Amino acid sequence: MSVDTMEIAVDTSRYDRILNTIGAWALGLLWFLPLIYAVWTAFHPGAYATRFEPFAPLTLQNFVNAWNAAPFAHYFVNTVMLVTMVTLSQFVLCTLAAYAFARFEFPGKTLLFTLVLLQLLVMPEMLIVENYQTMRVLGLIDTIAAIALPYVASGFGIFLLRQTFMTVPKELEEAARIEGAGTLGILWKVYVPLAKPTYLAYGLVSVSYHWNNFLWPLIVTNSVETRPVTVGLSVFSSVDQGIDWSIITAATLMTSGPLLIAFLLFQRQFVQSFMRAGIK
Amino acid sequence: MMGRREWIHGWLLLSPALILLFAFTHYPAVVTFWASFFSTPRGKRSAKFVGLENYQTLLTDDKFWQVLYNNLLYAGITIPVSVALALIMALFVNSKLHGRGFVRMTYFAPTVLPLIAVANIWLFFYTPGFGFIDQVRGLWGAGEANWLGNPDTVLGALMVVAVWKEAGFFMIFYLAALQTIPPSLREAAAIEGSSRWTFFRRVTFPLLMPTTLFVSVNAVINSFRLVDHIFVMTEGGPDNASSLLLYYIYEAGFKFWDTAHAATATIALLVLLSVLAIGQFFLVDRKVHYR
Repeated sequence: MSVDTMEIAVDTSRYDRILNTIGAWALGLLWFLPLIYAVWTAFHPGAYATRFEPFAPLTLQNFVNAWNAAPFAHYFVNTVMLVTMVTLSQFVLCTLAAYAFARFEFPGKTLLFTLVLLQLLVMPEMLIVENYQTMRVLGLIDTIAAIALPYVASGFGIFLLRQTFMTVPKELEEAARIEGAGTLGILWKVYVPLAKPTYLAYGLVSVSYHWNNFLWPLIVTNSVETRPVTVGLSVFSSVDQGIDWSIITAATLMTSGPLLIAFLLFQRQFVQSFMRAGIK
Repeated sequence: MMGRREWIHGWLLLSPALILLFAFTHYPAVVTFWASFFSTPRGKRSAKFVGLENYQTLLTDDKFWQVLYNNLLYAGITIPVSVALALIMALFVNSKLHGRGFVRMTYFAPTVLPLIAVANIWLFFYTPGFGFIDQVRGLWGAGEANWLGNPDTVLGALMVVAVWKEAGFFMIFYLAALQTIPPSLREAAAIEGSSRWTFFRRVTFPLLMPTTLFVSVNAVINSFRLVDHIFVMTEGGPDNASSLLLYYIYEAGFKFWDTAHAATATIALLVLLSVLAIGQFFLVDRKVHYR
């Protein structure tokens, strides 16, 4: 390569990089605009909801009003209980099943694995009508357990953990067995610790999925005692408020706030755990 | 550990998950299929076998065809747009960039919000007259527009919301895949003097094909699974112009309490999804180079 073409290459790459930066930032600002707008509306008095004056007075009154207008504290407790319940039981059940699929030979294995994968397509959302009947028969309508149950045995979780467990060297398992560990002991001491990034990635996906889930909880709950924040928010913004946008936006940010802040703080770990878990 | 003992251990490990999976996925799927051949039980009248009558009713229902058309259009536009945007975002964020962390955060933030919250924010945006979009349009003198009240624009308005919400999520998968491409490939290409575009077309994009398959299968399923925003923004209206299949099923099952009709529509949805997923797998799989 001659000196001339080198210089051209450097030039175009600098030019490229500037274009790249402009494009990335333009798209970023466009993407962020709706959120900025929501934050503006929520933190200013109603009179400034759609008027943009740089020195408009800031206020937290919208949040206070929203908080007092509906039992959000209760909704939050319900959501936290739901998310904890679903994620922990998914971890336990999917770990056991994934271990069986990864390291055991038994009749019917392929068929059963296919049946598990089927859930990636036939998701609980599509079976709402029948699952509602089941919950009624079980007497579980309007309980947090009813929201959680259809999601606990997760095909995605089983698949993901099985892929991870299969990469664990068999020698480690044999070493543990020689030391006298049983089946569950090996699973707990060898496999689970090595799958930490997978648990983190899957846990994050699962937490956000169930924090945000709406349709099934809407159907299966009908009281303040069980409603998660998503359903609470929809009841609040459709019935109670008329169209006071400042308060609705404040409530909207409030319900998504904890998750948003957590993810923004941990986004680096989030991406990395996805990479290590080999989800790509 | 050999033979029988291993079998029993395997089955025991599987049983908790499988019991729940059968109870809430396979059993209801089979019952739904079964119920689609019976009438809806009402009051004292129990369900009676009606053969294919429910399917006939479904296929002659104009609203069903409208909703099916809506959903296919919705999928056909939101999937390619959000996947393409996701790839562009990932490429942006993977390159050397000032304020990379901030830009990545802006792309990613909408995906963390509940769709129901996103719908609230956008409902405010689309408000005729004083919503954000009409205000911007007002700058160059355009009049009020009722985006959600007009059958011609309402589905498009919902698509924008879906793309905004989904693209950042798919970006994460592309980003994870991009970071596994060894830098030595880029250096080699630079020495060869190939342009960034050639490098992308000949190296990056083919290497990302498994991710594209994974992401697009997910996108297909999501475009039939996520209907939360309809509840807040339009309730399917006006004139069913913004209703999607799952919302139609919800209405049949829980608004009109016609469970037989809902079951039949569910089967239609499942068949459609299977065909799409299988078709997509075979179509794309041939072009995928697994490492």
